[in-house]
Amino acid sequence: MGLNKIFRNTLLVFFASILLSACAVKTTGKMQGDVYTGKDTVEYLASGVPDRVFFATNETVLTTASRETLRKQASWLRKNSKINVVLEGHADERGTREYNLALGERRANAAKDYLMTYGISGNRISVISYGKERPVDSGSNPLAWSKNRRSVTVKAN
Amino acid sequence: MKRIIFLISICLFTFNWGKAWSLIEVDITRGNLNPLPLAVSPLSVDQNSKEKFKDLLKLEDIGAEISKVVENNLRQSGLFNPLDPKAFLQKPDIAHVKPRFEDWALIKAQALITGEVKIVDEKLRVEFRLWDVLAGKEIMALAFTTVSENWRRVGHIITDKVYQRLTGEKGYFDTRIIYVAEEGLKTSRIKKLAIMDQDGFNTKYLTLGNELVLTPRFNPTNQMVTYLSYFKNLPRVYLLDIETGIQEVVGDFPGMTFAPRFSPDGKKIIMSFAKDGNSDIYTMDLESREVEKITNHPSIDTSPSYSPDGKYICFNSDRSGYQQIYVMRSDGSKVKRISFGNGLYGTPVWSPRGDLIAFTKLHKGKFYIGVMRTDGTGERLLTENYYQEAPSWSPNGRVLIFYRETKSDSAGKGFSAKLWSIDLTGYNERMVKTETDASDPSWSSLLTD
Repeated sequence: MGLNKIFRNTLLVFFASILLSACAVKTTGKMQGDVYTGKDTVEYLASGVPDRVFFATNETVLTTASRETLRKQASWLRKNSKINVVLEGHADERGTREYNLALGERRANAAKDYLMTYGISGNRISVISYGKERPVDSGSNPLAWSKNRRSVTVKAN
Repeated sequence: MKRIIFLISICLFTFNWGKAWSLIEVDITRGNLNPLPLAVSPLSVDQNSKEKFKDLLKLEDIGAEISKVVENNLRQSGLFNPLDPKAFLQKPDIAHVKPRFEDWALIKAQALITGEVKIVDEKLRVEFRLWDVLAGKEIMALAFTTVSENWRRVGHIITDKVYQRLTGEKGYFDTRIIYVAEEGLKTSRIKKLAIMDQDGFNTKYLTLGNELVLTPRFNPTNQMVTYLSYFKNLPRVYLLDIETGIQEVVGDFPGMTFAPRFSPDGKKIIMSFAKDGNSDIYTMDLESREVEKITNHPSIDTSPSYSPDGKYICFNSDRSGYQQIYVMRSDGSKVKRISFGNGLYGTPVWSPRGDLIAFTKLHKGKFYIGVMRTDGTGERLLTENYYQEAPSWSPNGRVLIFYRETKSDSAGKGFSAKLWSIDLTGYNERMVKTETDASDPSWSSLLTD
């Protein structure tokens, strides 16, 4: 896990924010663009610390809201230094199974890298991808898919 | 699963069935809108054998049952139209010795299959003949012996021989499908490895459903299966010996391995290994356990599949920004993108004939199963649907099996996953019957060649 990676990630986040601000994303109900912004499925690691972040279709870039959530997780993890976490990466059902496994892994790692840049040791974080195997919403519609494109931080101990 | 002992001795008792003077021929290179009408006469069984088979297999009439297997296979192929046995005028035993061709021509049969089943030394002996009704000639005759529990396979082998004689290409009927059997809610689906005959019979479950399993694939001899299992919540590629039931993890990777397939010689497993958000393609030699890294790129590289000669690998990568299909040499050199159409491409799989690559395509919210030449030219989409993916070739490269999922409402109702097959021509699209919902099918090679 080199600096290289962290640098790449920061760059990605930087470009993403430019992109997001540039193309005046449409906000409709519980989605911004096609990233879920609602709270329906969100659980809390502690008061005010949401457990999950959401992604756009085929994307692994963290949104502004996702980064805010992860900073809250990082600060909670710093205070609770004995807690380890598993980051579970998921994809929606509109993709091929094998690619989605890789995509879920990449999403969970995007979250992991961000937690690490906020001082959480990589040793405390493990990553697992479920691809499209474990949706939280079983609907076949854009809102359901947006809830399923996620990385969920789960206590490991 | 118990090893199936298949003692088979084929003896050709006539050799005069060269292709030169055959009149009937079935062209399988084009969509066949006029399937060849033919008659599958019930195989005749003498009274003594009939009683013995009844005791052994609990079948009223083994001859008729085997004929039904043949008839069903031929109908499913889309190339043949087996006629209703009720219209047959001649008795099976007499037809097998000397068909009255006028009778069979009268019901518009162009070919006729006759046969005889006997019990010989506690084994099942079958003899069958294929007749050209219009020419009034026998064009093939074969006999073989097997254990009687294999009676359905007898029907499949007869179909393979008839198919080969009439189309000039090997059949795909004496084969099996390995797949993932699915049950339960979409949010907590239970998945098991299952294996069945190509026609949906003799289903057996190889895992109990305690852990998530995905993407099973046969080795070239059909005795081993490689697949992804979430055993102990560690997604890893496993190897399963179907005969002994022994499973083992493939390699010692510090992260998820997935998308496994065998090399055409069965000596290696090729798969993806994901670490730190990057998936690359690796091989592991099953004997030496040597691991080799084949791709080295910060993008996702997955779904590798070897060409039948083992010299090339096609795979899925998003190095261009989105999922596309690439081909490289088997050592990882000379990587070349081959998919350039609109949309995303995934799950490339090399045809056993070597000339085509089948794939899944996602474009404007629809999923397609298609084929292209190995240089990416000649893309042809065979079927469009709400969701379908993961084609697998029949061993003769003429049929693709894949799975299809239906839309569900917000409560998850309406969801189903089923296996489907379609001819390379784009015709003869059919649902393949399975006991449960099913996905990730993989077609075996011919069990007896």
